[in-house]
Amino acid sequence: MVIDTREHWRWPEVHWVNKELDWRAGGAITAGVDVGSISSKTAVMVDGKLYAYAILRTGASSPDSAVRATKKALEGTGLEIEKIHLTIGTGYGRINVPFAQKTLTEIACHARGANFVWGPTVRTVLDMGGQDCKAIQCDERGKVTSFLMNDKCAAGTGRGVEAFADLVKVPIEKIGEESFSIKEEPKPISNTCVIFAKSEALGLLRKGWDRNVVIASYLSAMAHRVYTLLERVGIAKDFVISGGIAKNPGVVRRLTTLTGIEPLAPNPQYDPQIVGAIGGALFAHAMLQKQKGAK
Amino acid sequence: MPKYKTGPLKCWNKAKELRQKYYEDYVSAPKSGALRIGGSAWAFSAVPEGLGDVRWLTGEPYGASCAFDRKFSLSCLEAAEKKGYARDLCAYMRNYWGSILIDQYAFGGGFPKPDFFWTSHICCSHAKWYQVAGELEGGTPCYAVDVSVGPYTQITPHGVAYVVGQLQDGIAWMEKLTKRRYDDARLIEAVITETEAMSLWAKICMLNRNVPAPLDEKTMYALYVFGVIMKHRPEVLALYRELHDEVKERVERGIAACANESKRLISDTQPPWGFLDVFRHMETYGAVSIGSLYTFGLAGMWDFPDGTMVPKATPRQLGQTPRTREEALEAIVRWTLCRPEYQHFYNPGLKTDLMMRIIRDWKVDGALLHYNRGCEGLSLGIAQNRMELAAAGVPVSVFEGNMGDEREFDHARTLERIDSFLETLGLRKVEV
Repeated sequence: MVIDTREHWRWPEVHWVNKELDWRAGGAITAGVDVGSISSKTAVMVDGKLYAYAILRTGASSPDSAVRATKKALEGTGLEIEKIHLTIGTGYGRINVPFAQKTLTEIACHARGANFVWGPTVRTVLDMGGQDCKAIQCDERGKVTSFLMNDKCAAGTGRGVEAFADLVKVPIEKIGEESFSIKEEPKPISNTCVIFAKSEALGLLRKGWDRNVVIASYLSAMAHRVYTLLERVGIAKDFVISGGIAKNPGVVRRLTTLTGIEPLAPNPQYDPQIVGAIGGALFAHAMLQKQKGAK
Repeated sequence: MPKYKTGPLKCWNKAKELRQKYYEDYVSAPKSGALRIGGSAWAFSAVPEGLGDVRWLTGEPYGASCAFDRKFSLSCLEAAEKKGYARDLCAYMRNYWGSILIDQYAFGGGFPKPDFFWTSHICCSHAKWYQVAGELEGGTPCYAVDVSVGPYTQITPHGVAYVVGQLQDGIAWMEKLTKRRYDDARLIEAVITETEAMSLWAKICMLNRNVPAPLDEKTMYALYVFGVIMKHRPEVLALYRELHDEVKERVERGIAACANESKRLISDTQPPWGFLDVFRHMETYGAVSIGSLYTFGLAGMWDFPDGTMVPKATPRQLGQTPRTREEALEAIVRWTLCRPEYQHFYNPGLKTDLMMRIIRDWKVDGALLHYNRGCEGLSLGIAQNRMELAAAGVPVSVFEGNMGDEREFDHARTLERIDSFLETLGLRKVEV
């Protein structure tokens, strides 16, 4: 018997540099560092334009993760952390970004970032992150007007999908598409918390349920969980999804069916996971401009 | 530079000493021939006063005191769970039961058992709390009063008579149990004192309409409690008189609770007692919690004319000072059934209405609601309150937690939510 020891939860890390920009020619270099519970993201902007970003898995130490993600973003550019004029830390580990001059919550940063990525028509942002989900309403400037977060348990979050990918032995980036290889959409399983969902899924697999049906059932439960959150805050168009789970069609398409509202398609220029970090870098840019204006 | 002058309360130490004495007096009661009484802080505590020297231990504030000492609380909670009580029951109750089970009093020594319980049934947990406590103690007698006779808007003469009748029976029960003669004069005095003290607390809360607020809610938690644990006692009335004069003086002199008050918030229900630093955290943004229906309406009694709230006129002010046992009992029943914190048990909409009155009249900028897993009673309908406040255009946020079980409170994530909420209100951390 061959035991599958692969770590199916490991999602691919990302590094991107805008080859059309030269940071040396720019006046204002800013960064947003979004240290989440399972991923650390850094976005670097030059004069308010996205120059580079990286998305890495968060390690045991938030400060180290912030530094690693930023160094990765700057890799091969000749730019160093010390040369960034202003950095804003955001996300769960925002106070642990050693080189950040300011911190802001990821709610504010995701709204601002979504405004940049999708444009000023965005009114509702659903950020589906590693540890929690946030339904955010914002105005045409990307300013938060209202928000709700999921309650404590982690169902409906990235960590839940990671745990589930390992359980069903399907690589996390394929789990969404696999969930549609079924004859009929199953009922959602319990969605109170990851532990409940995982143990229920295990029970179903033992009963002989088809693996893809169990996956569909789990992702459907996640969509239902997030749907109620969105309904409570109210979904106004345009609606966008940021965060890691935005890349999971198994959740996104089911959520679309429930809400009846199609989210704007991901902007191919920007990874949806980097939206919060972009927001941080934009806030940093605005602060820098304000500081310069004050002088 | 701070926006406002600030400074500590002069009567703070006196309040702390009075609270400590309350818990110590309960322990030493038998030495002075006094009776020990346990039961809910919501009960008609003026009524047993007719028995002479009695000392109280009220369950909810005691459960909160346990929760404040997180290590002690954990021992209590685990003892209750080990005994088989589910961890989703009232956290105060589990702290109380656990304290009996481990035989440790939060203020030192073994757990002091009462001579009897005198309580009221305000929620499902209260209906069983002291029955179980009595069993755990080996059979403490318990008398419970049913108060489910409708919201303050619909109090009927037969509803009042039903509750008064139970109190009359309760007096006979206590006389038989303790073999003490009941003194109506003491009852009347206690009823008058209780109504004066609770109306005065409301008057103190009225002073917080001022901008800047002279009191913050974290401070109020240490002061409102007297209007709960010993509201019928003359020493509480004296403390509240002193406090009122001091807070009035703070208003006149422009002394603020929060030196950088920019936004005024209200909270809701009991806070997570082991983590009151969340209130100080908000103040680093210039946000001050000026109170809540909980702090205003548990220890304070109010009238509700014309969509507002004013301190309730006492029987004395109305020229209806009770002179007989019957009159005193009717006065205290009519008084107690109007308690603002009772009303949501009947309809969450009534609570939203009272919250909206506070929001309007106390110039409140937002509400931070505690989805309190430790209290099914006071959390009942709170999600509806959130929706109704939001629909009325009030910025509102929620955090999950537990008033008395630290294992259900995520400190870091709560601060995270508060940060996000305060940012949406346009606040940034105040640079010091």
